[in-house]
Amino acid sequence: MLRVEYAYWLIAAFLLYAGVRNLRDRQRWRAAFWLLLGLLFASGDAVLAQQAAGNDLPAQLAGGGVIVLALLAPRLRRVTHAQDVGNEARRQSALRLGHKLFLPALLIPLVTLLIALLGPHLAIMGDAVFAKPQMVLTGLALACVIALVAAARVTRAPMQDGFFEGRRLLDAIGWATVLPLLLAALGQVFTQSGVGNAISGLTSAWLPTGSALACLLAFALGMVIFTVIMGNAFAAFPVMMAGIGLPLLIQQHHANPAILGSMGMLCGYCGTLLTPMAADFNLVPAALLELRSPYGVIRAQLGSAMAILAANVMLMYLLVFR
Amino acid sequence: MNYWPLLGIAVIVIGFLLRFNPVPVVVCAALSSGLLAGITPLALLALLGKSFVSSRLLLLFVLTLPVIGLLERAGLREHAQRWIGQLRGLSLTRLLMGYLLVRQVLAMFGLTGVAGAPQTVRPLLAPMSEAAAEKILPALSVADRDEVRAIAAATDNVGRFFGEDVFIALGGVLLIQAFYTQHGIELSPLAIALWALPTAVAAFVIQSARVWLYQRRLQRRADDVPASKDG
Repeated sequence: MLRVEYAYWLIAAFLLYAGVRNLRDRQRWRAAFWLLLGLLFASGDAVLAQQAAGNDLPAQLAGGGVIVLALLAPRLRRVTHAQDVGNEARRQSALRLGHKLFLPALLIPLVTLLIALLGPHLAIMGDAVFAKPQMVLTGLALACVIALVAAARVTRAPMQDGFFEGRRLLDAIGWATVLPLLLAALGQVFTQSGVGNAISGLTSAWLPTGSALACLLAFALGMVIFTVIMGNAFAAFPVMMAGIGLPLLIQQHHANPAILGSMGMLCGYCGTLLTPMAADFNLVPAALLELRSPYGVIRAQLGSAMAILAANVMLMYLLVFR
Repeated sequence: MNYWPLLGIAVIVIGFLLRFNPVPVVVCAALSSGLLAGITPLALLALLGKSFVSSRLLLLFVLTLPVIGLLERAGLREHAQRWIGQLRGLSLTRLLMGYLLVRQVLAMFGLTGVAGAPQTVRPLLAPMSEAAAEKILPALSVADRDEVRAIAAATDNVGRFFGEDVFIALGGVLLIQAFYTQHGIELSPLAIALWALPTAVAAFVIQSARVWLYQRRLQRRADDVPASKDG
C-alpha cells in the first residue's frame, strides 16, 4: 500500500542529495541546512512513533534541530547558480521538442487528478493501493515520480540531470522552504500557550455588544487580523467564533450559523492573501518565481483581498441576520 | 488570564517590520510565547519538534523541482512563451481568467493539490503570462516581469481559496461543522458549503477585473511609447 510517508522519504533523500552536492561545492552552511532538514524528514516517523509511545527524547532532539535550522537560515544567501545550459541551447531544444515538453509538466496535475478520483477504488488482490490519509498528496508525490521518468524520456536527458537542476531550484528557494513548517509549529505553540484566549479576552472587553453591526465588523476584522498574525484562517476561526461569533452574533443577535461560519471563514482567507505568515502561499511562490522582492505576491494580492473582503462583509451583513 | 504569551505576536510583528530573516523570528516567537505561558523548556522543545515533523507534507512541493528543472533545462519556458506569442486571440486577461475559472472549479471539487505555484504556475502559467504581456508591451522591464509573474501567482491563490470552501469534504467546511457540533448546533456540510458560493462569484469577478485593469495599464503604456518618440 502506498502511504504518504514514502513521499517524506523521497523528500528526505532529495534534501540529503542537495546537502551532499553543496558540501562538494564547499557551501558549508547551505550543506548543513539541507542535511539537517533531510535528517529531520527521515527521522520524522520515528519521532512521532516514539512520542506516541511516551518517549519525548527524540521529539526534544528534533526541537533542538529546528532551533539549529533557525540559526543556520540567515547564513543562506540567495544565490542563483549560473545555469549550465545557455539561453541559445534552451531555445534550440524548445524548437526541437515543441509541445512534447508540456506533456510531463501536465502529467503532474493529471496523474494527481486521476489518483484523487480513482484512488479510493484501486485495489490489488483486495489490498487498497493507496492509504486513505492524504491520498491526494500521495498521488501528487507519485505523479512527480512518473513525470520525472517521462521528462527524462522526452528530453533524452539522464534522470540525474533532473536532480542536479532540482537542487539548483532548491538552493534558489533557500530558507523559505522551511517557513511553512515553522509557522505550523508556531501555531501549535500559540494554541498551547493560550494566545487565542488572551486575544478574545481583550477584544470582548471593549466591544459595544448591543450593536449587531459592531459585533459583525469586530468578528470579520478579527478573523482577518488573527489570520494575518497566525498565517492560517483555520487557527483564527475557533478563537473568533468562541470569543464573538457564538456568544454575541448567534446567541444574542440571532445570526444564521451556517452563513456566519461559511462567510466568516472566507474573511480569514482574505487575511491569508495579505500575510507573509502564510509562507506556503505567499513567500514560497515569490521565491519559486524568482521575484526580487519576497513580498511581490502579497503586493499583487492586496487590492483583490481588500475588494473581496469588502464584498464578503457586505454580503454577510445582508444575509446573516435575515 | 495570562496575557504575557501575546508578546510572541509582538516578536513576529517587530521581526517582520525590521526585515529580519523570518525563520529565526518565527522560532523566537514560538520560544518566547511558550516560555511566558509557563511551558517547561524541555516540553517546549518536544512540542516544537513534534509539530515540525507532523507538518512535513507542506514540503511536498520539493518533489516537483527535479521534473521542472529538467524540463526548464530543455526549454519548457521558452516553448510556453513562444506558443502563447503565436496564439492571436489569447490576451493576458483571457489567459488568467480561464486559469482562474479552472482553478476555482477544481477546488470546488476538492482538487486543490492538482494545481499550485510549483506544479502549474512556475512551469506554465508564469511564462505564458509573461509572453501574453510581451504581446502588448514588447519591452517589458525586470520590474514588469516581476509584476506579471506575481499576478499569475495571485490569480492561482485567489482561485484556490475562493473555490475550496464550496467543497463539502475539505478542511474549511468540516472545521466549521465540527466547531458547531461541539457547541450543540447541528448543521449539514452542504448548508455551510453553499453559502461560500456568493463570495466565490465575487472573487472571480474582482480578480478578473483587476487583471483586466492591469492589461489596460500595459496597453496605455504601449500606446504612449510611439507618441513620446514623436514628441
